[in-house]
Amino acid sequence: MSACLDISGLSAVLPNGQRVLRSVSLSVQSGEVRALVGESGAGKTMIGKAVLGVLPSSVRIVEGDIRLEGEDLGRLQPKARRTLIGARTALIPQDPLTALNPSRRIGSQMTDRLVRILGWSGERADTRIRQLLDEVQIRDPDRVLKSYPHELSGGMRQRVLIAAAFAAEPRLIVADEPTTALDVTVQKQILRLIVQLQREHGTAILFVTHDLGVVAKISQKVSVLYAGKVVEEAETAALFAAPQHPYTRALMAATPRYTDPFASLKPVDEAVLAGLAAEIAVADQAWRRPHG
Amino acid sequence: MDEGRAPRRRVSPRLWLAGGWLLLALLAAIFAPLVAPQDPLAQDLMLERLPPFWMSGAEPGYWLGTDSLGRDLLSRLIFGGRIAFVVAFAASIAACLVGSTLGLISGYFGGWADRVISRVVDVWMAFPPVLFAILLVAVLGTGLSSVIIAIAVIDWTRFCRVIRAETMGQSRMDYVENARIAGYGRIGIMLREVLPNVVPSIVALLSLEMGIAVIVEAILSFVNLSISTDDPTWGGIIAEGRLSIHQAWWVLVFPLITLILTVLSFSQFGEALKTRFDPVLR
Repeated sequence: MSACLDISGLSAVLPNGQRVLRSVSLSVQSGEVRALVGESGAGKTMIGKAVLGVLPSSVRIVEGDIRLEGEDLGRLQPKARRTLIGARTALIPQDPLTALNPSRRIGSQMTDRLVRILGWSGERADTRIRQLLDEVQIRDPDRVLKSYPHELSGGMRQRVLIAAAFAAEPRLIVADEPTTALDVTVQKQILRLIVQLQREHGTAILFVTHDLGVVAKISQKVSVLYAGKVVEEAETAALFAAPQHPYTRALMAATPRYTDPFASLKPVDEAVLAGLAAEIAVADQAWRRPHG
Repeated sequence: MDEGRAPRRRVSPRLWLAGGWLLLALLAAIFAPLVAPQDPLAQDLMLERLPPFWMSGAEPGYWLGTDSLGRDLLSRLIFGGRIAFVVAFAASIAACLVGSTLGLISGYFGGWADRVISRVVDVWMAFPPVLFAILLVAVLGTGLSSVIIAIAVIDWTRFCRVIRAETMGQSRMDYVENARIAGYGRIGIMLREVLPNVVPSIVALLSLEMGIAVIVEAILSFVNLSISTDDPTWGGIIAEGRLSIHQAWWVLVFPLITLILTVLSFSQFGEALKTRFDPVLR
């Protein structure tokens, strides 16, 4: 297996010099699901955006590189980079309610990309889209294709977005908390769909989430992120069997369990947070020395 | 929402009334020579200050009475509508094209383009609009085209502001980011993804602006700065009517009613159109 996505030593700063990503390294092999867990603000989404080339203009990458199937994105001209990212990656977004253009019909939004960006014929795009809608178990494609986004439920819209993401056969999909905005009952179906399509298409997925339960179900490898730093990285099974970092252990302990519904929620221990803060301070110092 | 689409809302009475009045006024203006009962310029001092048809002393054929020079009021209103509508359409469309384009660029690209355009708009809006209009017409000289240019020059900022804000809101939506990931160019995203979402606002503003243009044109002709004094304009008739309010109130009241109905209809029509153009509200 070759690396589909390889991020090495990626650091990014805000205009005030604060580091939001701290020498992040992670790789996703072809056809593999890599989960990226962490609490909100840990920089999970930021990594996803960096890979897809849509970082906010205030965030600047100062170090490290991102390789997509061996191509160093930082070395490409903007236009070439956009073409490459457009052809080989896709996003399954967090909020299906705002990720579809409200004033365009689903059908034209889905085929447009295949036709205009990838140069497919309209007929081929249409066939492809219908095939994908079938794969995400949408039973009445005609109605859905003719609908405007607001005419579909959240779960339906997320199915449409999943279908759209897989339609162009990307090598890598970034799934940015794709189930967070959905109903709990719908979440499970959507997760199952993503896993199923991922297996059938052999697509690599960088799965951003804060839910360890989802991590266990879906991924082969995990990176645990805290304050923009990867604190632990392991095979999923190994991580759940024997978490190495105290923060990972605290996260696992913090997950509420059905088996013990009346136990109070356990926040991450103060000592663990202090340890993390120290770890980050050391890393920042080491980083600042050569960077002034 | 489960089965099929939500049924289309029926056309509201508001839209019917507003649209009906506008259509009536527009048709009357277009076919003015055919529908006007009298020559709007023909003076006849024997027929001066005839009252409207329901009052004693009214003459058949002079439905809304005559002014102090014996000219038929209804015919003058109908012919005045020609100028009102020409100005309304031409000035609003010009203001809309300039303002919306700049607003779209300003809102979507941000950065220095936004800074420059926004500052210009701020400075522009600091001038009192009517004073600005009078000044402009005074400089450009009276005439139909100067009135149109003056209104467009003053009111493009209205479009620019609103469309800029709308565009900024839309540009932050995830679907725009999605389009960027898919590899669309910036201009393409602006035109294909963002523009359709601001069209409802553009349409509503356009209709509102037509009403405003009608008022501004009336104000300019009221102060005798619009078209040549011979051609009847609503503002001109109002100015004349003001002088004879005690002898012939109708010369003031009917053009006022016409003006108010037209302006109200434009704004109501705009609101109704907005909901029709917007797939979410529809």
